[in-house]
Amino acid sequence: MSTEIFAVPDDRGYFGVFGGRFVPETLIAALDELNSAWERFRHDADFQEELEGWLKDYCGRPTPLYRARKLEAELDIKEIYLKREDLAHTGAHKINNTIGQALLACRMGKRRLIAETGAGQHGVATATAAALFGLDCEVYMGEKDIERQAMNVYRMELLGAKVIPVSSGSRTLKDATNEAIRDWVTNVGDTHYIIGSVVGPHPYPAMVRDFQRVIGVETRRQILAINDLLPDVIFACVGGGSNAIGIFHPFLEDDLQLVGVEAAGTGIASGAHSAPLSAGRPGVLHGSMSYLLQTEDGQIKEAHSISAGLDYPGVGPEHSFLKDTGRAQYISVTDAEALEALRLLCRVEGIIPALESAHALAGVMLEAERLRDKVVVINLSGRGDKDVATLANLEAGEGK
Amino acid sequence: MSRLEKKFKQLQDSGRKGLITFITAGDPDLEATCALVETLAAAGADVVELGVPFSDPLADGPTIQKASGRALKQGVTLKKILETVIEIRRRSDIPLVLMSYYNPIFSYNLERFVADAVSAGVDGVIVPDLPLEESLPLRNLAAGRLAVVPLAAPTTAEARLQEIVAAGSGFLYYVTVTGITGARSDLPPELTATLDRVKKIAADLPLAAGFGISTPEQARLVGKHSDAVIVGSALVEIISRSGGGAAGRRELFDFVESLRRSLDAVAIPCVS
Ligand SMILES: Cc1ncc(COP(=O)(O)O)c(C=O)c1O
Repeated sequence: MSTEIFAVPDDRGYFGVFGGRFVPETLIAALDELNSAWERFRHDADFQEELEGWLKDYCGRPTPLYRARKLEAELDIKEIYLKREDLAHTGAHKINNTIGQALLACRMGKRRLIAETGAGQHGVATATAAALFGLDCEVYMGEKDIERQAMNVYRMELLGAKVIPVSSGSRTLKDATNEAIRDWVTNVGDTHYIIGSVVGPHPYPAMVRDFQRVIGVETRRQILAINDLLPDVIFACVGGGSNAIGIFHPFLEDDLQLVGVEAAGTGIASGAHSAPLSAGRPGVLHGSMSYLLQTEDGQIKEAHSISAGLDYPGVGPEHSFLKDTGRAQYISVTDAEALEALRLLCRVEGIIPALESAHALAGVMLEAERLRDKVVVINLSGRGDKDVATLANLEAGEGK
Repeated sequence: MSRLEKKFKQLQDSGRKGLITFITAGDPDLEATCALVETLAAAGADVVELGVPFSDPLADGPTIQKASGRALKQGVTLKKILETVIEIRRRSDIPLVLMSYYNPIFSYNLERFVADAVSAGVDGVIVPDLPLEESLPLRNLAAGRLAVVPLAAPTTAEARLQEIVAAGSGFLYYVTVTGITGARSDLPPELTATLDRVKKIAADLPLAAGFGISTPEQARLVGKHSDAVIVGSALVEIISRSGGGAAGRRELFDFVESLRRSLDAVAIPCVS
């Protein structure tokens, strides 16, 4: 495959036919401002050095690439490596993006941060960055997610952020994002909106990707140091797609397979899922053109996943592009399969993964047969402490 | 000359200010929408904007969000709204503009949408999440057949405003506040001066101002500095409170008539 096709997006924010800027006119000036700031600081040695410093000393990067030998034995796969984003500060990859964007907000002179959150991981990571840099912080969160991720709500408040419950629509991530955009439209002068994934209008999908690329850059260096060879396959879960694009991107031009795992909820056929790449069609939500769960009439459908961080009807435009070009493959696993994967990792490796990350492992389990003689990397995007209450409730419900 | 152009020409010739009224199509149901349009016209509205309900109306405040939700619960779709427009056109010649987020139109298929809208009797379309850079495909298909009304906001720079006006048709929708739709007790203090500046740049397109305007006094103030005033949430609020039946229509009529009277009291003719 030629290298140019992955030199995306273009200057209007298009990855092929996906991406763009489908937002109210009020936001265009702010997006232009953000884009020029990002264009400037991504090439600015001082900025990059400062960012690297925070990532290293504050976030604990590089995160380990851990060889999971017991998992290999259990699944009968040659080699499995876990990229341990669960060991990053605050417990997920989300911090890579929020530290980067908060630094950028400081440079732009914006003193107020807003964010949307589903699982609460991005909210916690934003609240953390706000505390670190002395910025005000408000986080929009669907009421349903506030219930199922109560611990993260408390963490955000402890960190000095205000959590604003969202009661509209499905009361999850999609609606929290609507509310955050409405806030930004209203307070665009002094506020920076930290989007938590590679979604939204240009330049967010490219900028968030660039902040998350550190995952793949490290993975590459680490695996080469261990094996002197690139892996055969990389698996990552896909909600908005930031941990996946973060680990995929530095490998796009290499000869290896990239697999994104979406949430199939109670099954694609049941209709209750969060798998727009597997079962949606292109449309516009939250500022960009991408695969979407929608009705025949173009209304956005409610997503479903046991994992709040994957419970979203859209996906980042670059993933739509990677799907259509065939550069990455997208599969989906059900709630039950993810739960089984989570329990397996706890049992054999002593690692409690986030429900989101458990989807990536479940994808490997599903395809174990064909992966027998392969070197596999799984992006373990976060830790599962936040999900323990959900699991306990489930088990109580199952009468275990 | 299109219905919209004719209307704005008439207004200009008579030195009157336009009154553009917004309601959400299908709230409380599509039959009521037909009757409500007639009420608006009878009370003195010059143009009616019909909102196409969308699941994720991110430029709208709670009033229109809820109306949108009510309409969607009724099973209202873009297709059914176009059928309703055909119905309205049997009885009324009032200029009709659809206000829709992009996805319902994109999902309908742009080409088919333009064809069906034109043949139903729609005069223009406003797409709040389709800025200049993204609107070219729709503008190309609509050229000369359907006005694609552009939006400008307080955050729009002057050079960009010129491009927006040059690409637009029908009228310029100037968003009066940095924010979302919804009735407000106070409009920005600098608004009238801004409108005067915008009017100079938008010399070739009628200037209509909306977002937040909810009283006859506000309408009069804004009308002095624009060609037309757009009122939405205040009307949707009445319908949500009093329904789309006789009582709601009565109340709506009285309120729109009060807006009309207030606008007609704007003495100065439209000077360019
Ligand atoms: C641990 C973890 N992984 C994955 C995700 C999904 O987001 P993305 O697809 O952007 O990585 C989330 C979102 O909350 C998360 O908390």
